[in-house]
Amino acid sequence: MSELTELTVQNPVEEFLRMDRIPHIWCPGCGIGTSVNSFAHALIDAKIDTRNVAIVSGIGCTGRVAGYVKQDSFHTTHGRAIPFATGLKLANPKLNVVVYSGDGDLFAIGGNHLIHAARRNVDLKVICINNLIYAMTGGQTGPTTPNDVITSTNPYGTFDASFNLPYLVEAAGAVYVARWTAFHVRQLARSIQEMFAKKGFSFIEVLSPCPTLYQRRNKMGDGLDTMKFYKEVSKIRNGAATKDVALTKSGEITVGKFVDRERSDYRDLLHDRLLDSLGDDYVETEACTCQ
Amino acid sequence: MHADPAGVMTGTHFLDGDHACCEGALAAGARFSSGYPITPSTEVVERFAARVPTVGGTFIQMEDELAASIALQGAVWGGAKAFTVTSGPGFSLMMEHIGLAVMTETPCVFVDVQRGGPSTGLPTLPAQADMMQVRWGSHGDYEVIAVCPNSPQECFDLTITAFNYAEQYRCPVFVMMDEVVGHMTEKVVIPPPEQIEVTPRRYTTLPPDEFLAFKPGDDLVPDMPRTGEGYNVHVTGLTHDERGYPDMTPATQDKLVRRLQDKIKKNVDKITLYEAEQIEGAEVVVVSYGITSRVAQRAIELARNKGVKVGKFRLITAWPFPEKQIAEIAAKVKALVVVELNLGQMVREVERAAAGKAPVRFVGHAGGSVHRPEDILQAIMEVAR
Ligand SMILES: Cc1ncc(C[n+]2csc(CCOP(=O)(O)OP(=O)(O)O)c2C)c(N)n1
Ligand code: SF4
Ligand SMILES: [Mg+2]
Repeated sequence: MSELTELTVQNPVEEFLRMDRIPHIWCPGCGIGTSVNSFAHALIDAKIDTRNVAIVSGIGCTGRVAGYVKQDSFHTTHGRAIPFATGLKLANPKLNVVVYSGDGDLFAIGGNHLIHAARRNVDLKVICINNLIYAMTGGQTGPTTPNDVITSTNPYGTFDASFNLPYLVEAAGAVYVARWTAFHVRQLARSIQEMFAKKGFSFIEVLSPCPTLYQRRNKMGDGLDTMKFYKEVSKIRNGAATKDVALTKSGEITVGKFVDRERSDYRDLLHDRLLDSLGDDYVETEACTCQ
Repeated sequence: MHADPAGVMTGTHFLDGDHACCEGALAAGARFSSGYPITPSTEVVERFAARVPTVGGTFIQMEDELAASIALQGAVWGGAKAFTVTSGPGFSLMMEHIGLAVMTETPCVFVDVQRGGPSTGLPTLPAQADMMQVRWGSHGDYEVIAVCPNSPQECFDLTITAFNYAEQYRCPVFVMMDEVVGHMTEKVVIPPPEQIEVTPRRYTTLPPDEFLAFKPGDDLVPDMPRTGEGYNVHVTGLTHDERGYPDMTPATQDKLVRRLQDKIKKNVDKITLYEAEQIEGAEVVVVSYGITSRVAQRAIELARNKGVKVGKFRLITAWPFPEKQIAEIAAKVKALVVVELNLGQMVREVERAAAGKAPVRFVGHAGGSVHRPEDILQAIMEVAR
């Protein structure tokens, strides 16, 4: 009987999940769900009013996160989560706007939006699940796919350079940049929590297995093997120079918090500018909401 | 509800259509716009950028039209009334997000100040060649509402109408201007706020545990939640059920997409706006819209001076198309003349509605200038014979 009682105890993260949508669509061994677990723990620990947390996703396996978290959540179009989130945040600044999306979504089709939001320092919290592949569409090459990898559209192997995401995002202006893997669940949760305390464009890359379309095709095993691989090759180097943290197919994975700096965010800059130029004519508002 | 006085520049002004459109948006309660510069539309957002900080709101210039056309939808879900403004090339980039607004029932306004196309075409010269694009440009089945102002005054008035329709029917609404209407300067009378009717957002009064985000009311339109108030709504461009949850089955698809169409189709009589003049007893009726209707007016008067009984039918809403009205007219006249600044777009709708009951003569060209009244006159005289 005691076993049964234990089983009925609710997992604390359930409060933040749409349990009426479980089972989810993600494959066994996929890292996306693991990251959502860390996200939910971060929400618990951040001690913020979670009613004000809105999630915006693009399209992809990761894009489905918006549909499983019990928050106001927006599943937008491929690549455009960031501009949607920008509008949401600027119109209703009390919201904590989290963008949760995939590597292809954020850095290929949505790459332009990402660098501009970082440049403007819009107060968004971006979580990028980097499974090194376009998963939802069947395992095509993406902008983060390393060299010498077999994908469905590079059947003879990839050969062109891939993005080093932390380096790119730092250069574009982000105030917070970190990388973890799906193995680093606690560190990831802590990082997400830190991001909630940060004002400005913040970015966490989460290296995540896609056993179905990446690891298996490249004879790198299943989800568990990938966790072992992450454990083996990851090195925590907080403060590492982002130019040195590029990923390769099987080399070291540098993880940690790389950037944590202060810079006025878009809204503060806008506010100061308008106040300065318009003086008494400037009408400040808490939000642009209509009645 | 009356307009918020903060946004209403009551008085008699001398404004171009672009600026009048901006004033219409402010009067309607728009407090957010995301744009990307493109001739001949930029003046709308330039004015908005200058005006909105003085009434309490935000303008942001985005990195492209893909961003502009979705940032405003984020703002709408954040609680703002919002719009974006563009012209042909930018409008082409916005197509995917028209579909998103339709599917997520996001009330918002797109202004397209039309110029000559295809491609970069005629950046500084007029056309009315995006009329089918606005109707059909995004993938999938859907209905839209599109209004066609023919003067700066109407740029003001119809932009308010567009916002009101967007809130009423929860769909994207389009203000289809053109370069000439956008850049011509005329008298614009802006009434006092208490004379401007503004449709408020349909916020739900239900508590979160009783609210289903996409369950429609009797008019087929669902009420909206307020973001950040514990409703935990899910909004997706995927086919979804009344909870807003993805449900990709033919049955849910059919139910949803039909409702999205029907909420407009079944209200056509309430939405349709047109101007009809001397239709009774007319031999010929000239159908036009936007700037072209101003030129057609001259041709109509010239023909009347020559003794031809000419009626005028001006589309104010191009979409939904006033099918019933055109069918009735076609049953009574010798011929219809359709004038537009393209090589044949709305004329197809007129032909469809006329259904062979009257011949339809098309007068159009590929854009770059307005028509010559003589060309329209000639068509009227020929069909009247
Ligand atoms: C405009 C557009 N182009 C292409 C697609 C098809 N598509 C869906 S998801 C996806 C890639 C997703 O890759 P990523 O962002 O890495 O997400 P993952 O599935 O790997 O989590 C693509 C190309 C689309 N939905 N929309
Ligand atoms: S295809 Fe890959 S990324 Fe998508 S759910 Fe399966 S394992 Fe995860
Ligand atoms: Mg991916």
